[in-house]
Amino acid sequence: MMFEPTLFHYLTLAAMTFCIGVFGVLVRRNAITLFMCIELMLNSVNLTFITFSKYRVDMDGHIFSFFVMAVAAAEAAVGLAIILHVFRHKRSVNVDEANRLKL
Amino acid sequence: MLYTDQFYYLGLIALMPLIGALINGLIGAKLPRKLVDVIACSSIGLSFMFSLISIKALVDNAAHIGDETIYGHLSYTAYQWIYAGDFGVDIAFMLDPLTSMMLLLITGIGFLIHLYSVGYMSEEPAKWRYFSYLNLFCFSMLLLVLGKNMLVTFIGWEGVGACSYLLIGFWYTDDAKAAAGQKAFIVNRVGDFAFLVGMFILFYETGTVDYVALKEIATDAASMASIAPIAGVASILIFIGCTGKSAQIPLFVWLPDAMAGPTPVSALIHAATMVTSGVFLLSRMNWLLTISPEAMMVVAIIGALTAFFGATMALVQNDIKGVLAYSTVSQLGYMFLAVGVGSFTGALFHVMTHAFFKALLFLGSGSVIHSVHTQDIREMGGLRKVMPWTAGTFLVGCMAISGFPLMSGFFSKDLILWSAFSNVHVLNIKGVLEQNIGVIDLLTNTPAPAITAGGAVDVNVLALVVGSGVGVLGVITAGLTAFYMFRLYFMTFEGEYRGDEETLSHAHESPPTMVIPLAVLAFLAAFGGLTGWPHFIVHWLHLPEGLLFFEHWYEEIFQTSNQFRIVGRFGAKPYVYEAIATAISVGVGLTGIFFAHRFYLVQPEVPGRVKAKFEKLHQVLTDKYYVDEGYDLAFVKSSIKAGEGLTFFDKNILDGGLVNGAAQIMVSCGRILRNMQSGDVQRYATYITLGVVLSLAVLYGYIS
Repeated sequence: MMFEPTLFHYLTLAAMTFCIGVFGVLVRRNAITLFMCIELMLNSVNLTFITFSKYRVDMDGHIFSFFVMAVAAAEAAVGLAIILHVFRHKRSVNVDEANRLKL
Repeated sequence: MLYTDQFYYLGLIALMPLIGALINGLIGAKLPRKLVDVIACSSIGLSFMFSLISIKALVDNAAHIGDETIYGHLSYTAYQWIYAGDFGVDIAFMLDPLTSMMLLLITGIGFLIHLYSVGYMSEEPAKWRYFSYLNLFCFSMLLLVLGKNMLVTFIGWEGVGACSYLLIGFWYTDDAKAAAGQKAFIVNRVGDFAFLVGMFILFYETGTVDYVALKEIATDAASMASIAPIAGVASILIFIGCTGKSAQIPLFVWLPDAMAGPTPVSALIHAATMVTSGVFLLSRMNWLLTISPEAMMVVAIIGALTAFFGATMALVQNDIKGVLAYSTVSQLGYMFLAVGVGSFTGALFHVMTHAFFKALLFLGSGSVIHSVHTQDIREMGGLRKVMPWTAGTFLVGCMAISGFPLMSGFFSKDLILWSAFSNVHVLNIKGVLEQNIGVIDLLTNTPAPAITAGGAVDVNVLALVVGSGVGVLGVITAGLTAFYMFRLYFMTFEGEYRGDEETLSHAHESPPTMVIPLAVLAFLAAFGGLTGWPHFIVHWLHLPEGLLFFEHWYEEIFQTSNQFRIVGRFGAKPYVYEAIATAISVGVGLTGIFFAHRFYLVQPEVPGRVKAKFEKLHQVLTDKYYVDEGYDLAFVKSSIKAGEGLTFFDKNILDGGLVNGAAQIMVSCGRILRNMQSGDVQRYATYITLGVVLSLAVLYGYIS
């Protein structure tokens, strides 16, 4: 008998991915890694959306996940541009060094 | 009745000085100095005119029933003041015969003294401030006498206290003068507190503070029972309030110090008007005192003692105003003596004559001080030659206060002394009440049978002793008064000049604005007493009843209390006794003058010998019976000690422990919490995450 992943499995996977993302955001200092972790969180949410969409047999979740992807793409464009500028300025992408605006 | 309600002039009387005070107080510094004088004098002058108009209206308004004249009262309710449930107090004024005389004194003598001040304070830079205070004082005093209920009177009562404080400490850069002001204020506050409590008790029992309503309750047969049990306590408390304001034992200590103020202030506030407000208040509430004979007895004793001790202290004063200050204490004692023996008419008569001659004497002394710039009578003498007007008027004042026959003091003082000897019943009403039909019949309109029977009532021994005792003290005081007043006159105006020649060459008669008030007051002091002749003279010489004007004027006000002295101790026609009493007091007064003449003019070495012989006594008198020292020891020192203790508690426990401690805790917490706000977004995110996790855990019940 083939393994049938259920709602529980999908959600567990999404939760684990999300937690990995959160953990990464909290502990890592490399801006690129932070960025990837944020993407990870967004995608875990996407996975949740799709799971529920499939489970409830309606298309709302799909639509939401498209929105999320669109926003994530825009964000990636802006975010990477900022990181690039930071790198040019500081020769580093360590976020701890980008504290010049702090009082 | 022409005016039943809302007689607007009463409001105007009080309003005028207030306007004057506000103009001079707010913009007086920028006004021309002449204009300040004009505003101050005209405001009180207008007030005087409105008073005359009002009193005319009161007389026109009177109802004549047979021989009797019922004046009733005019009233004016300015606005509703405090209303809560059943309780209601208005800012309301009332004019009746009792208020009338006080109005004339305050505005009339007030006007003269304002006029005098124009001359006296002509070189004072802050004249506008002085006149503003003086007008404000007049306003407060008018509130006091015009008030239709006890609360309005109380506002005035506090107001005159505050103005007295301001004016005593007028030259506030002098520490001693500022301290004298504070002393007056604090001592007065002690009395005011008792007055307040007395008022609260009355209100608690009756539910009203309106004089007319209270009088109805206290004199109406049906409702009397409700007020009778507390009448004694309330009267005593109100009397304690009066001892503060009117400088009686034990609260007289502030009045001599109050002489630090400008002399016209001493004349107006500390001789003519404010200090008599206690007598006025007790007269206003005569129906309350009448039903509490114990309180009457206390008032009589305190009054007589004050009169006597005040006079003894005046004997040894060398400060011209000091003599007058103690003399005022002593004369106020006379007034309370009169109140205590139920002769409210006598008390008010003396209030009036005393206002005349004491204002005159103070203004005269001011004129002297203005001229020779010293207050020590040992450095004066012979001043009659340089200031004849002042000397002449001063002599009139001295004769009036000494009870020289046919001068004003003669009439009022003799009425008081005579009342003390004859009105023993007043002190013994309870005995009368118990023997007879009880309170009710006595206080309704029919005099009690036992009294009309003519001395058939057993006079209580205590009442007899007290009545005669205060009378004897009064007579002795009359002699002392004559002695110290003429000592003052002779040392100041007669004999040889004892100061330095330099000063004498500058000595001069005062300007007309100062002499005119002196002359007017001298006229009043000489003839003001002719409104109330002794009964025996009127009776024997078949003079018209109009000579008893003063008594008739007040008949209605003191109806209740007069019932108890319809027949005194000496029967219905006590004229012989009255004549004897008058002769004795005149004799004693003349003796006093004679001795003063001998001691201070004929044989000036005698006082020194007397002083040497009674050195201890002299010392006690000069040190004013050590009352100030006693108070210093009993209240001031212990207050300071208590204050120091409380300061320690405040500094160490309250400030140190609680206030600073709380601040310290906050600072420490802040120091810890500050580390959290690092500006590090990642750390914030960590907090948020931890918070979310924690919240979820609580929400799902993993931790509780």
